[in-house]
Amino acid sequence: MSWRRIAAVMRKEIVQIRRDRRSLLIILAMPLAQLLLNGYAVNLDARHVPLCLYDRDRSQASDDLLAHFRATDSFDVVHVSDSYADLVAHIDASACTVGVVIPTRFSERLRTEGHAAVQALVDASDSNTASLGMGYAQGIVQAYAGGVQLEWQQRHGGAAAASTIAFEPRTLFNEELESMANIVPGVIALVMAVVGSFLTSLTVAREWERGTMEQLIATPIAPFEIQIGKLIPYYAVGILDTAICAGVAVTLFHVPFRGSWIVLFGCSLLFLAAVLSLGYYISVTSRSQVAASQFAMLTTFLPTMLLSGFIFPIDQMPRVVQWITWIFPGRYYVSILRSVFLKGTPASLMLEPIAGLAAIAMILTLLAGRAFHKRLA
Amino acid sequence: MTPRSPSVVVERLTKTFGAFVAVDDVSFEAYHGEIFGFLGPNGAGKSTVIRILCGLLRPTTGRATVDGVDVARDPEGVRQRIGYMSQKFSLYNDLRVRENLELFAGLYSVPARDAADRIAWALKMAGLEEREQAVTGSLPVGWKQRLALGCAVLHRPPIVFLDEPTSGVDPISRRRFWALIREMVDGGITVFVTTHYMDEAEYCDRLLLIDRGRIVALGTPAELKSRAMRGQLLRVVCEPLGPGLDALQHAPEVLDAAVFGNTIHAVVADPAAARTSIAGVLAGHHVEVGEISVISPSLEDVFVSLTAPRPAGEVAV
Repeated sequence: MSWRRIAAVMRKEIVQIRRDRRSLLIILAMPLAQLLLNGYAVNLDARHVPLCLYDRDRSQASDDLLAHFRATDSFDVVHVSDSYADLVAHIDASACTVGVVIPTRFSERLRTEGHAAVQALVDASDSNTASLGMGYAQGIVQAYAGGVQLEWQQRHGGAAAASTIAFEPRTLFNEELESMANIVPGVIALVMAVVGSFLTSLTVAREWERGTMEQLIATPIAPFEIQIGKLIPYYAVGILDTAICAGVAVTLFHVPFRGSWIVLFGCSLLFLAAVLSLGYYISVTSRSQVAASQFAMLTTFLPTMLLSGFIFPIDQMPRVVQWITWIFPGRYYVSILRSVFLKGTPASLMLEPIAGLAAIAMILTLLAGRAFHKRLA
Repeated sequence: MTPRSPSVVVERLTKTFGAFVAVDDVSFEAYHGEIFGFLGPNGAGKSTVIRILCGLLRPTTGRATVDGVDVARDPEGVRQRIGYMSQKFSLYNDLRVRENLELFAGLYSVPARDAADRIAWALKMAGLEEREQAVTGSLPVGWKQRLALGCAVLHRPPIVFLDEPTSGVDPISRRRFWALIREMVDGGITVFVTTHYMDEAEYCDRLLLIDRGRIVALGTPAELKSRAMRGQLLRVVCEPLGPGLDALQHAPEVLDAAVFGNTIHAVVADPAAARTSIAGVLAGHHVEVGEISVISPSLEDVFVSLTAPRPAGEVAV
């Protein structure tokens, strides 16, 4: 291994990044744009979700439960239905997003059997608001159920049924529900995935397209020296972007940072190793800039957006999709970032995602290294 | 090292891409300290041979050594010993002149204490001392090619491969480029160069003519001119040119005929006899005949004569 050759490639790569306006724009403007866009446009808080109520039981118990729905500002009760058809009609007409139905014999079953069910109908055309609405509704029902359960225990003694009031959960209730705090970790992962894979996906393909690769591989440089020399500048860029995102989030958006900066940057390096190597691998194998950049977007940007838990909670996904998320580094990184930012979890309690991230980073680095050959055909 | 020791040895080299045979059973040697020219039409297989010799393509069959190192077994060993200038300009256009030189000094591990001297030498050689801070992409083609040559020889390789180094370069810059190559060869290195400019072929010490992947001739320019032609050369001035060429190609005395500028060059066995019969044939085809003279062949004549369709297997050396 020759540090002289690695340093030569590295210097060249840095000069090229510095002179390429497009790269600079992506590196510097991308984190800010993503934070602002996601911070303001993708508002994950929902307040005053329009709600319809249909009480078929008309008992003390059902009245108590519905009072909980009326008390929260998460919901605005816009209509009280007197028939099932009326409720459905209101949802169909978009008059309300969530309809809560309390079935007949609700209080009777609760009293005699110790459990009962509440039905919720949700207009899922806006899936985000819908899942939030589901979450709120579930939270309210559970809070009520807790009270009922306590009563049941006091009255009957001993252990109670596991859950007194069944509510088909479709999203998890997020106690904090502060959008920005939840978004920032995802945005950091997204920015790093794009900077990491998109920019690197161009580096090798560009050299094949311009013909400079033929000159480069006619020199004695080893493939892994090219890999190291090309990727180190992008590591620096990625870390710079992590710092920009985290800095802006903490100072401008007042996102709490409760963990260790060392853990944050250490895990960021692992995530970078994974996405940079993936971008490099794509670039080496496709040899065309257009194909490489599109494939990089497809394999890093989208999974980081959709399969990392950033927007859609992983445990709400179908089982098969949950398995698929295991192969995407974003999944581990987003969960680590959330823990580091919001909970201040020490590294010792995150060994599993850190190990997962490290394993994927290692596999992708090796794959990228093996893919490059100093041959024209 | 004797003056005629081989620097590049190619033995029965064949390269196929699918069904296409790019290089067909080619054998030759290039010696230390010579300009070895590789001449042939586009698609003849010149670049393919050079790329095999630089370890960029793997030979299908046959074997080649560069400075004693087998190109298929030890391509890295070969790359240490060579400089390479690819057909398409392939330095970094977005780097400055000096940055390109520094990059290649690093890639070839030129020791840091020598690098400054070597870069200064390359800038002087290429006449780019005033332009070292210029962005490479802004330079005229001829200047770029001199810079590429400088980058290729920074590490003092014993052998340099230049693939069409002067294509697209103006005549004055070409002349200057060849003067540089001559200087390097006088300094003891071997230059292996491809070209399709006939006038440039005259600069080479020895020439290899290649056509459709096969060797058609090998020798010094003078040898090729005297031996490779199958007869004497007549320069025929006539009008109109097209029917004249047609008539001559079908004349029994004429072995070969081709248009050169606004004249026809005809290869004949007996110039004295042919002269009269040619005039007769042309007149018979209503072509107005001007002067008919015996001339000494240029490399272009040799080239046209040798690459003309001929029975397979016949090789003129």
